[in-house]
Amino acid sequence: MRDLAKEKAVDEKAIKISGLTKAFGAHTAVDHIDLEVGRGELFGLVGPDGAGKTTVMRLLTAIMTPDSGEAWIAGESVLDRPERIKERIGYMSQQFGLYEDLTVMENIRFYADLYGVAHRERPARVDRLLAFSNLGPFRDRLAGNLSGGMKQKLGLTCALIHTPEILFLDEPTGGVDPVSRRDLWRILYDLLREGVTIFVSTAYLDEAERCTRIGLIHRGGLLVTGEPRKVRHMLPFPMIEVLSPYSRRARDAAAAVEGVRGVVVYGDRLHLSLEKGVIADEVLAALASRGITVTGQRTILPSLEDVFIALVTGSEAGMTAGQER
Amino acid sequence: MTDGAETAVEVRGLSRTFGTFVAVDAIDLRIRKGEIFGFLGPNGAGKSTTIRMLCGLLMPTAGSGTVGGCDILTQSESIKKRIGYMSQKFSLYDDLTVEENIAFFGGVYQVAKAKKGTRKAWVLEMAGLAEERAALTRTLAKGFKQRLALGCAILHEPPLLFLDEPTSGVDPLSRRKFWSLIRELADGGTTIFVTTHYMEEADYCDRLALIYRGRIIAEGTPTELRQRHMKREILEIETDSTIGALEVLLASGIDCAVFGSTLHCTVEDAAASDRTIRRLLDTSAITVDRMERVMPSLEDVFVTLIEVS
Repeated sequence: MRDLAKEKAVDEKAIKISGLTKAFGAHTAVDHIDLEVGRGELFGLVGPDGAGKTTVMRLLTAIMTPDSGEAWIAGESVLDRPERIKERIGYMSQQFGLYEDLTVMENIRFYADLYGVAHRERPARVDRLLAFSNLGPFRDRLAGNLSGGMKQKLGLTCALIHTPEILFLDEPTGGVDPVSRRDLWRILYDLLREGVTIFVSTAYLDEAERCTRIGLIHRGGLLVTGEPRKVRHMLPFPMIEVLSPYSRRARDAAAAVEGVRGVVVYGDRLHLSLEKGVIADEVLAALASRGITVTGQRTILPSLEDVFIALVTGSEAGMTAGQER
Repeated sequence: MTDGAETAVEVRGLSRTFGTFVAVDAIDLRIRKGEIFGFLGPNGAGKSTTIRMLCGLLMPTAGSGTVGGCDILTQSESIKKRIGYMSQKFSLYDDLTVEENIAFFGGVYQVAKAKKGTRKAWVLEMAGLAEERAALTRTLAKGFKQRLALGCAILHEPPLLFLDEPTSGVDPLSRRKFWSLIRELADGGTTIFVTTHYMEEADYCDRLALIYRGRIIAEGTPTELRQRHMKREILEIETDSTIGALEVLLASGIDCAVFGSTLHCTVEDAAASDRTIRRLLDTSAITVDRMERVMPSLEDVFVTLIEVS
């Protein structure tokens, strides 16, 4: 016999947001956001500090009530069923929500109690999560004495103790070094393989490329959503990377070439964004004629940072802001 | 040193131990005048200890050297006057106005009275805060605060500027403006020493050093590091089943990881592996939509270096 309830649950979007708005006094932190996140996605909400990321997280985790609009998490309304939602999600805040004067195991036990995890299920889950996070050897260490990367893993372990369907992570990699950051992404991909939906926020655009889909957020509104690579393909103008021993002269010469819209200097490289239809070879010839040594060049895909800046500074001819799938 | 460039920082065999723990282990560094030098490493690798020694705040256990021409062992007081320091916390006084912050730091750094007016005007102009001079600092957007903090850190026109994760959490547009200002300073002869975890910042540097367990494990321009230390190649693969493809490739012993909606396979020879991977996926009825070699990111390079050392 078909299990209709189960099918319905599978069909439901993990997250559905409609016109979500929240103001603090005169400041509109979240401004009419519409978004859907499917089951099994690793969705990244990407934007600078103050863009509204944390407020979105708090609204979706039913910690805060919206002024208008609505959101459904696994089909449950954040307005009508906030308690039901809390059972089905895991949430890790920026501070990881740990008690620094409790040990690793005490923190895990605390969260297991909070979420009402049955005692007979605990040993297996705890062992599995500790193996997952490599925290096994540190069970008895005070959380306050863990490194940033280990605190982050413990925060994640606590957020996963009740095996949630959807995991919310608010800037999980802030202040964490590259090795720990990479470990965290490995863990997230493992969770994804097990079918957990992940909603993560980050201020770092290079990190955003690790998500299966992203939304760029600025001043409380979504600028664009889509797969990272497709978002990078949005800009209508080509970009080239030029290798040249850096000199002020190389930068100034590049900026003066006709058809060059902008120059960004990165150490030993220049990134030139060109007007639509301008040929890279012409720009390189112009640089050579100005006596600039070029040791290499290639066409590059604009970075997410390039796209973000173009969208924020606005009105790029032919650029389509909005939903992109 | 024979490459003709003036030296801003030069240390040899610099070490610092705390009890039995060797925080910094006989490192050599040379930074040229007017260079943007990035100093990278995980937490606890020895970054902060090194900076504290370079700034004259901590005595080395062994080693010698100069910072801005001053001896790090005997002239730490002179060093402090020749450096500017800006941390990720910006260390401004939130309840002072923009002008009051500038006046305060002008006092701390003992900017000559005759120069105070022109330096203040320069900071206001550079930070784009001329209109906001009477505003409380706490009301400023983060990008403006960051530029104000930069201005305050260099009021006394130090020849050497230390930046500690300077653009943490700042919006991308402000970050670009900030780095363009830093580039201007470097063009004017200021030497910049930056520490960061974030490879987005590392890419703006002229030269980088990676410290791990107290030792420098790699050094060079961003491009050199990508070419020299990443012997293996990365193939980016887009398929109709990311997770399915991952299982197939991992089972065949290919070093493979999910990267967004694609897979990144680290291989010895991209051309040879291209064929192998296509065959494996084809056998499992997985369609390859795109497969191409991609440049390793600096993060790929550093994680690889740390894993092998």
